[in-house]
Amino acid sequence: MGYQLRTESLRKVFDAWSKEYNIYAPKIFEGTGRFSETDVIRYGIVSSPEEIVWDQRSEYSFKEIIVPICQTLFYFTETQIKEADFPPKKAIIFLRSCDLHAVKRLDYMFRDNGPIDYYYEKLRENVKFVLIGCEKSFEDCFCVSMGTNKSNAYDAAVNVKNEAYFFDCKDEYLQKALQESAVSKISVAVEYVTRNSVMVHIPEELDSRVAASTIWDEYDKRCITCGRCTIVCPTCTCWSMQDLFYTENGKAGERRRVQASCMIDGYTDVAGGGCFRQKSGQRMRFKVLHKVLDFKKRAGFQMCVGCGRCDAICPEYISFSHCVNKLGDAMREVKENGKK
Amino acid sequence: MAKNEYLPFRSTILKVIRHSEKEYTFRMAYDKANEFPVKPGQFFEISIPKYGEAPISVSGITPHSLDFTIRRVGSLTDEIFENYEGGSFFMRGPYGNGFDVTMFKDKDIVLVAGGSGLSPVHGVIDYFADHMEECRSLTVIAGFKSIEDVLFRADIARWKEDGICIIDTVDAAPEGYTGRTGMVTKYISELQFKNMANVMAVVVGPPSMIKWSIKGLKDIGMDEEDIWLSESRKMCCGLGKCGHCRIGDVYVCQDGPVFKYTKLRTLID
Repeated sequence: MGYQLRTESLRKVFDAWSKEYNIYAPKIFEGTGRFSETDVIRYGIVSSPEEIVWDQRSEYSFKEIIVPICQTLFYFTETQIKEADFPPKKAIIFLRSCDLHAVKRLDYMFRDNGPIDYYYEKLRENVKFVLIGCEKSFEDCFCVSMGTNKSNAYDAAVNVKNEAYFFDCKDEYLQKALQESAVSKISVAVEYVTRNSVMVHIPEELDSRVAASTIWDEYDKRCITCGRCTIVCPTCTCWSMQDLFYTENGKAGERRRVQASCMIDGYTDVAGGGCFRQKSGQRMRFKVLHKVLDFKKRAGFQMCVGCGRCDAICPEYISFSHCVNKLGDAMREVKENGKK
Repeated sequence: MAKNEYLPFRSTILKVIRHSEKEYTFRMAYDKANEFPVKPGQFFEISIPKYGEAPISVSGITPHSLDFTIRRVGSLTDEIFENYEGGSFFMRGPYGNGFDVTMFKDKDIVLVAGGSGLSPVHGVIDYFADHMEECRSLTVIAGFKSIEDVLFRADIARWKEDGICIIDTVDAAPEGYTGRTGMVTKYISELQFKNMANVMAVVVGPPSMIKWSIKGLKDIGMDEEDIWLSESRKMCCGLGKCGHCRIGDVYVCQDGPVFKYTKLRTLID
């Protein structure tokens, strides 16, 4: 069922939802951008619709709500272990179609690849998703090429036009407050983009032999292995285990997991000094092929959702989509060399 | 509700066996064998709060204990070596596929191990020492850097008494040493089997040893489809979640650590 609301009435809806849920949406964090006196758009708890940034892409994705940057697993003393508590409130997440597709990738990693991850499941089972319709494509987006430009897997969806909000709702809980505050009931079709200025083609004949191509060498010099591309990526899930202790004698502390990245030094370090992929070109190759080849081999669908955040965040102006578009030539190169 | 796989349990150190200055075996109490049986080649995440966790392969299995042969190479293992009999560690596992002993049924088994690479296949040797009738033959080629680095001395002596063909060698030894010397590859080339199609080999050890051992096995006529390896990588979870052990479309902790050579060689780190 669809509902039309004005800002004032949507504020009441947010109040009603906020009793049980934290509402997470992209918002401005003033003065915390990458350069001095700049802002950053990332996910945070909002209490009113005006706080939400409706017309720009968030620099960081929603993923940190269900895959926290740093998550305590348990607390320990010398002899005892106590499982960490979970947030008392459930979560409503406002996100775009590419990100909603990314949820399926996170679900695959934490639910299907190996046993179900207890900590992920505890957060994930308490989430409702509200899809934000996309009126236009942002710079660097290539969702159409990845087939992630539209989605039906939402609990509610919203189009925003001149301070009017048009909701389509499938979820009973969310519907109750919407119904009470709606100006009118109408049928709503969620907006989605049908073309992006960036298009990406993943060659069908792509296979792991492409690792031998020379296209990766370029990144040895350009990439500084800062890992920003993976931290902003809504589908990157890697983490490392970390022990932290509070007391000087080290007898009480916590074990937590923190986001990690295959682009950053130390990712593959093993005890004794062994390490794989020291060159940044090799790391780029490892990451890119996971996104468009290796993940699909295992899960049956592509990992990359074409949100374009990695391109936008890179301090060296390295473009993931350009790299993917070079893979056809790279395959031809390795096949030619194979024949020699 | 999903089980919390990350909570470790406490296990008591029953015995510490010192092989060398840097390598000890810790025999740990394990009373979950009925619920969670352990296979050779599988591993546990062993931890000490504050120092962290590390994946360690099981080097011996009894109904009430598990052996872990640990090399002192990092901050966690340094701390592990500070513990004695009666102390304890936290553990969780078992993880990984391990060796299925039925795959060796009626085969001529060749195990090639370098240094602590003997740990993952230790349980396989133990099994066939007790069940020789289940395989056609068992040959173990174990190489160590020097006399001081030899692991499992007592086990090697016991296996020899049990009639298993153990070829233990050290890379280099001082003059007057009466045991075997030289690389494992030297002894691979001396192997003779009536029917090469019936031979199954496992190679565990450092990368260069693996490379040359596989070449050696192929040179004596082994089909590469019959060669198995045990891999190791950084692993923070053992559950296919942390991502560190991924190579291509494979997660070493989930799909391995035991792999067919023909699968592993297609993967690019």
